[in-house]
Amino acid sequence: MTFFSWPLAIGYLILAPFIGGFFDGLDRKISARMQGRTGPSVFQSFYDVSKLLQKESKMVNHLQQFLVCGFLVFVVFTGVLFFAGADLLMIFFALTLAGIFYVLQASSANAPFSALAVQRELMQMMAYEPMVLLTAVGFYVVTGSFAVREISLADRSAICLMPGFFLGFIFIMIIKLRKSPFDVSTGHHAHQEVVQGLNSDLSGPVMALVEVSHWYENVFLYGVIGLFILNNQLWSVPVALVVCFLVFFLEILIDNVCARVKWQLMFRSTWIFTIIAGVINLLVLILFHLGVK
Amino acid sequence: MAKVSKSPWVLHYDGASCNGCDIEVLACLTPMYDAERFGVINTGDPKHADIFLVTGGINEQCKDVVKQLYEQMPNPKVVVAVGICACTGGVFKETYNILGGVDTVIPVDVYVPGCAARPESIIDGIVKGIAVLDQKREAMKQGKLPELNVEDISEDGKEQASANEAQNAEAETTANAGEESK
Amino acid sequence: MSMIGFLILFPFVVAILMALMKKGSLLRRYTLYLGAAIIIVCDIVFAVSTLLNGQELHFLEETHAIDHVILVGEWLLVALVCFYSFKFRKYYCALLSVVQTGAVTWLELTGKTELCPGSAHIMVDHLTIIMCLIVGVVGGLIVLYAMGYMRLYAKHHTDVPDRRSFFFAVLFVFLGAMHGLIFSDNMLWIYFFWEITSVCSFLLIGYSQTEEATNNSFRALWMNLLGGLGFAVAIIYATLQLSTVSLQSLIHIAIGGDEAAALALVPVAFLAFAGLTKSAQMPFSRWLLGAMVAPTPTSALLHSATMVKAGVYLLLRLGPAMTGNQAGLMITLIGGFTFFAASCLAIAQSDGKKVLAYSTISNLGLITACAGIGTQEAIWSGIFLMIFHAVSKSLLFLTVGAIENSTGSRNVEDMHGLIVRLPNLAYVCIVGIMGMFLAPFGMLVAKWAALISFVDSRNVLLMAFLCFGSATTLFYWGKWLCTIIAVSNQTKKIKDKTKKMQWVVLGSLAAGVILLCITFPLISSYVVEPYLADVFETGATNIIGLGNTYLLIMMVCLLLLLPLISRILGGKREVKLDLSYMGGINEGDNRTFTDSFGEAKEMYLSNWYITEWFGEDKMLGKSLILSAAVMVVLLVMIVGGVIL
Repeated sequence: MTFFSWPLAIGYLILAPFIGGFFDGLDRKISARMQGRTGPSVFQSFYDVSKLLQKESKMVNHLQQFLVCGFLVFVVFTGVLFFAGADLLMIFFALTLAGIFYVLQASSANAPFSALAVQRELMQMMAYEPMVLLTAVGFYVVTGSFAVREISLADRSAICLMPGFFLGFIFIMIIKLRKSPFDVSTGHHAHQEVVQGLNSDLSGPVMALVEVSHWYENVFLYGVIGLFILNNQLWSVPVALVVCFLVFFLEILIDNVCARVKWQLMFRSTWIFTIIAGVINLLVLILFHLGVK
Repeated sequence: MAKVSKSPWVLHYDGASCNGCDIEVLACLTPMYDAERFGVINTGDPKHADIFLVTGGINEQCKDVVKQLYEQMPNPKVVVAVGICACTGGVFKETYNILGGVDTVIPVDVYVPGCAARPESIIDGIVKGIAVLDQKREAMKQGKLPELNVEDISEDGKEQASANEAQNAEAETTANAGEESK
Repeated sequence: MSMIGFLILFPFVVAILMALMKKGSLLRRYTLYLGAAIIIVCDIVFAVSTLLNGQELHFLEETHAIDHVILVGEWLLVALVCFYSFKFRKYYCALLSVVQTGAVTWLELTGKTELCPGSAHIMVDHLTIIMCLIVGVVGGLIVLYAMGYMRLYAKHHTDVPDRRSFFFAVLFVFLGAMHGLIFSDNMLWIYFFWEITSVCSFLLIGYSQTEEATNNSFRALWMNLLGGLGFAVAIIYATLQLSTVSLQSLIHIAIGGDEAAALALVPVAFLAFAGLTKSAQMPFSRWLLGAMVAPTPTSALLHSATMVKAGVYLLLRLGPAMTGNQAGLMITLIGGFTFFAASCLAIAQSDGKKVLAYSTISNLGLITACAGIGTQEAIWSGIFLMIFHAVSKSLLFLTVGAIENSTGSRNVEDMHGLIVRLPNLAYVCIVGIMGMFLAPFGMLVAKWAALISFVDSRNVLLMAFLCFGSATTLFYWGKWLCTIIAVSNQTKKIKDKTKKMQWVVLGSLAAGVILLCITFPLISSYVVEPYLADVFETGATNIIGLGNTYLLIMMVCLLLLLPLISRILGGKREVKLDLSYMGGINEGDNRTFTDSFGEAKEMYLSNWYITEWFGEDKMLGKSLILSAAVMVVLLVMIVGGVIL
């Protein structure tokens, strides 16, 4: 049976900020524990956002708020489509549009640190985009459909035939979740050259909108991870949740054991990994006529 | 709910410091002291910061920078002067290039003396700053927050001297608290 | 029929009028406006009326008289090419021209073509109607724009001799030739119009008569003449071996699947080769880049509406005949590779027109790849890519031209903060750029369908090219978009020198980009799907799916509602404007900072070009060699496989 339907999408619309925010806090807590620290409360992200909402509203120009709203709206649109069971390619295209809004927001500030982050973010998008598209293609080859609803109704979990895609997607999740070592455009580490990355010239309530957008985005990304596991059996749902949690833990582990890299290595390794994991998996599927068609 | 107090994001600025206090500020974020358990993040961006941590005295070079960073922080905001140089100018006070403590250019809310200030006292200073932050937020909600204008502060800082004396007493207690917690 | 004859001949008549008119006269201007307007209106009327009648049209079975006129016309072209070749001592062009025209003339004079069963010389189907709209409407708009642009061009470039009458005349000849090309079914006729477009592009590129322009125009000439030679070979082979000069019957034979189909592979491959040269696919991409030296309307016309579209039009027509054979393999490999390589090369360019040129080559590569796949879905997406590309790209070219007229530069770097300096042109430019690579706009929809058709054809290499190429496309468009949208405070507006007529053109093209993404399902079901149903003799398929169409329209609505949503989310909060963060040394205007001497210094934000990876010197040569090797090997295999 499938859960991907409009009720789930509405559930996502309402609950995703809470789930995303909570896991964001959990992320910080686990990271702190890995580093031998106590760390903040698991609800820290909510504290942060509500504080940001209470701060004074300051902007470099009026366009910023408009573009940040574009980011939020299209991230939410992406996630809602996903959980409603729509077409996976369509969903990824909407996500790209959201990403472009986010980049434009920083670029409109016309400030040195934002501009630096803009170019680096575009570089990151160029690095991960092939794997994102390939993932959609992989699902189509394996299940015969781009529709999330139908993919989740397959007889077998997609991961059985697309382990390479799964690994590749986990790889680019490091970029999408803005974890080191691939956080070349953001800076949540003290004292480094890009200041606060794309958020450098945002503050207060507008910044809060960006944070909420990231929560929505992260929940959607883990949804895609879950999609690799889901099939028409009920037991696949808890398994998918467990796998999502394991991936969540793995991403934190990667963040904490890897130092930051330069963009050259990030770009090269992501494309090479995409070819090794994604393209070769696809080649195997096509050559041996695996999958539905 | 006093959420602001649960999420004090810090901007750390090094004026004319000898870097002693800076090392201690960073030490606060290490596992030993773990300032993040209070929700502290070292943002490196005034637009995100609630608390402005300044180390070292102020000279002609960094005067305008400190003012601008302060102005770019959205309200409510708090300034914490870390180390004796930031409080009064310290041993450099009489030198030709030092204007004095941070309060010669922007209003300071909490003074954390020490040479170098100990991480415990810095954290205490931040916690004290959080309390001020809460007051300011309340004031802002009621629309009572005085427009803090950097221009009101005199250029040479001489007029502030008396005010400094009074506030230094407060800073001493902070430092003592730091000692006790250790 | 009379309408078709009018559409083909009328532009030639206007061209003669333009050539005879006095420099700078008011009469010339209004003749041009009137001529272009008549072409646009007639094309629309023709398209609508044909669609309402709803049947394919075939005309002119016996046309000896016209055939002879065309033969004379071909030799006139040869004379023109020879004249310029000898004048500039580029004898190889003359040789190419004489050889191919000589061969075709021999074929006709010895009566070989007479043996072919009679078929219509003029044919109209749904694909013709689409091409007719692209050529007539987009091409006509570009001509309208050219008037105002060339006036400013003549003012700025006093060193270039003012030959505007000649220029406008050639533009009209071009439109006439394109109409002829798309309406013809007889390959000899297509060949004639094909050669006219080659020579016209040569004349237009060489307009400024500088050394660079002359060299580039000859490069365009020889590459296109080489394509013409391929065309001539295809005609001769088809006549001698298959006894047909009709493109349609050639395709039918190729689809047939018997022995003749194997023979038909050779002419199909050579026609496809001709299509590759005209649509500037690697290794022939350099002529299109060289075409940048010409005034902007030329580039717009060559890149978006006419010249290169003639190449992909031919390839799309041939598409069904290339499914699953070596010709198809050649076309898909070269197209897919060109899409990827050209989009990488575009990253390293800062000249706006050059970015557009590489993006054109790249997108044409995608259309070419679709044609090479040749399945129903692939042709569907190829046709839509062609439509969307024509509108978006002509808009972008004309906008860049207008920006250059106002700011004196077409470098992307100099477009920094355009949204403050030239807001109206910036908006138009943003629409054009978004139309090129972002959902929910057209190009992306077509690209989406292309991806699906590539997956269905199970071509892994092509899928990889598309995925990686899309990523690089994202980078260079994203960069440009970001540059335009940077709000540099306290920058003065620049005087917008764009003429009223130019604004009419830009406005209608921008509206076209937005309208197309809402109305594409209608175009699909009324024009493209009937065409596919005819060609593939199967029921129409809906590739994007109705649900997704609604979602796309929803996305458009969301985009349009965004200002409102932004206001709601922003609440009633008072917004203070703040300085941008420059490490505390912002001088107070967001554009200057305090340097280490305590003095104000202008900030300069540059884009990232990554020339050490994607530079022309690093990539271009290798890509050309690789694609040339692929092409030669496959052509040899095709010819060898049939002959031996």
